[in-house]
Amino acid sequence: MSRLKIITEKKSKPYMSLSPKKVANNKTLRRKRIWWAYLFILPQLLFFLVFTIYPIVMSYVYSVFDWPGIGPLDDFAGLENYTRVLKDPSFWNAFKNTFIYMAGVTLLLLPTSLLLAIALNNVLKKSSVFYRTIFFLPVVTTTAIVGIVMRKVFSSTGVLNEFLMAIGLIDEPHNWLGSPTSAMIILIVIGAWKFFGMMMVYWLAGLQTLPKDVLEAASMDGCNLWQKLRHVIVPILLPVAMVILLLCVSSSLHVFDLVLTLTGGGPYYSTDVVDLYIFRFAFNPDSGLPSMGYASAAGVVFGLAVFAVILLLGWLIRRTKQS
Amino acid sequence: MKRKLSLSSLHILLLIIGLIWIYPFIWMISASLKKNFELISSGLKLLPEKAQWVNYARAWNEANFSGYFLNTVIITIFTVLIILVMCALTGYALARVDFPGKKLFILVITGTMFIPKGYTIIPIYIIIKQLGLLNTLGGVILAESSGAHVLFILLFMAYFSKLPKELEESAIMDGCGFFRTFWSIMLPLSKPIIATVAIMQFIWTWNSFFIPFVFTLNKPELRTLAVGMYSFVGEHSVDWVGMTAAATISLIPVIIIFIVFQRFFIEGVSGSVKG
Repeated sequence: MSRLKIITEKKSKPYMSLSPKKVANNKTLRRKRIWWAYLFILPQLLFFLVFTIYPIVMSYVYSVFDWPGIGPLDDFAGLENYTRVLKDPSFWNAFKNTFIYMAGVTLLLLPTSLLLAIALNNVLKKSSVFYRTIFFLPVVTTTAIVGIVMRKVFSSTGVLNEFLMAIGLIDEPHNWLGSPTSAMIILIVIGAWKFFGMMMVYWLAGLQTLPKDVLEAASMDGCNLWQKLRHVIVPILLPVAMVILLLCVSSSLHVFDLVLTLTGGGPYYSTDVVDLYIFRFAFNPDSGLPSMGYASAAGVVFGLAVFAVILLLGWLIRRTKQS
Repeated sequence: MKRKLSLSSLHILLLIIGLIWIYPFIWMISASLKKNFELISSGLKLLPEKAQWVNYARAWNEANFSGYFLNTVIITIFTVLIILVMCALTGYALARVDFPGKKLFILVITGTMFIPKGYTIIPIYIIIKQLGLLNTLGGVILAESSGAHVLFILLFMAYFSKLPKELEESAIMDGCGFFRTFWSIMLPLSKPIIATVAIMQFIWTWNSFFIPFVFTLNKPELRTLAVGMYSFVGEHSVDWVGMTAAATISLIPVIIIFIVFQRFFIEGVSGSVKG
């Protein structure tokens, strides 16, 4: 009631006292507020222009130059960097590995994290904070350090071998990070382990949006967990699931810290990924000067590929939703 | 009865998985207290014969993790402060004032999240270099706080726009200007958002590797904990217990911060899906 009064009073005020002086006053006050607002967004706007817009533009500009990162930007190369990237078999090797990693992590994570989130949300309500803390813990730890610690855990003298030998599964230690296939599998498993908690929390946030009464009605009608999942939970969660899928795909396509510290891309480039490939050209050249132009071109190519994947996923999901 | 039984078996299952889940950290702490030869010979035994605190002293002093720790603390605190100030100011202006260009501003900062950006770290590297800040802590801090922090801005904006208009009006009546109203009345009310943003950014910056790595390549004494770890393994590849001691030093602060303030952190992460 009182709220209503305030609102009506406020609305009527300007009309009641329409003295020209007051109007002018109001106008300068409004203009002053707008200037303050501009001043308030100025720091973020500057940071945004200098550290987001300018770098985006320049990464396209650099990509058409042959440039080591120092000296003038005057050796125009046209599309030569691009053709070199597209013709380089090691780029495509890194490209392939990145997508294998992304597919592996996503397929491992999506169903398992949803299952645990449902268990925490619907069954284990009281102890859910305890489990959430445990399963989220790897997310907050430093990826680069985890990679180094895991290098030891999975090495031939590491804990995994000790354990497998103790329970009699293997007779002699296996160098897990030393052979291409098992190195990729370990990389995927650790990547999934590291990101699992994030996905679980995303799902938990999504599950909060589920209407409780619908679920209860489904239980009353005798639906089991699977039926509830299929006919109630999944359809309602689909929009959230799409966001979660996209977050998982785009973050795992840009894996870097873990690969550099766990395998360094080896053995024999079997776990090399695109961000590591680009990094080598830009900041850690095997011989001679860095190739900033070439690295930028590779970055643009990969950026476009990631963009295409995300568009494709979005389109696919929209189609399945319509049918 | 059956329900109870299945509930406790679910608990047992999750406890076993949970133990395996955090086993790498348990192993890390256990190894950090062993001797190097003991680590190889003791198999799966977790408890050391005698706690070797000397590993920590070695990592802290000889391997310079005290310096790396200080660098990480400085970089993290300044980055968190810069981002907090920027995002609170921006969120407040967007929430409380209808200024021309506001819609465009929001559209552009959110839009750039979805376009292919190329490899933007090179131009950022060049800018920092031209500012003469390469191989300085200031350069790392600037690069770490770069860009638009859309999620944080939206969090502040949503919170500030929920505060009643009367609050601002009464502040104006009392003679507060725009900045005073923000600083002494509205900002103190937004403590939950400040906490969420601070905790999230603290954890991201503490864990960041790529930027401090690239921006301190030629200045070993400016390394952060993560970068220090990476080069430590390259230089002392046999000292595994020293490595785990250093890793424990690096991870414990962020784990403690997370466990104490996890409510804020989880809320922030959830916000990124809902929003």
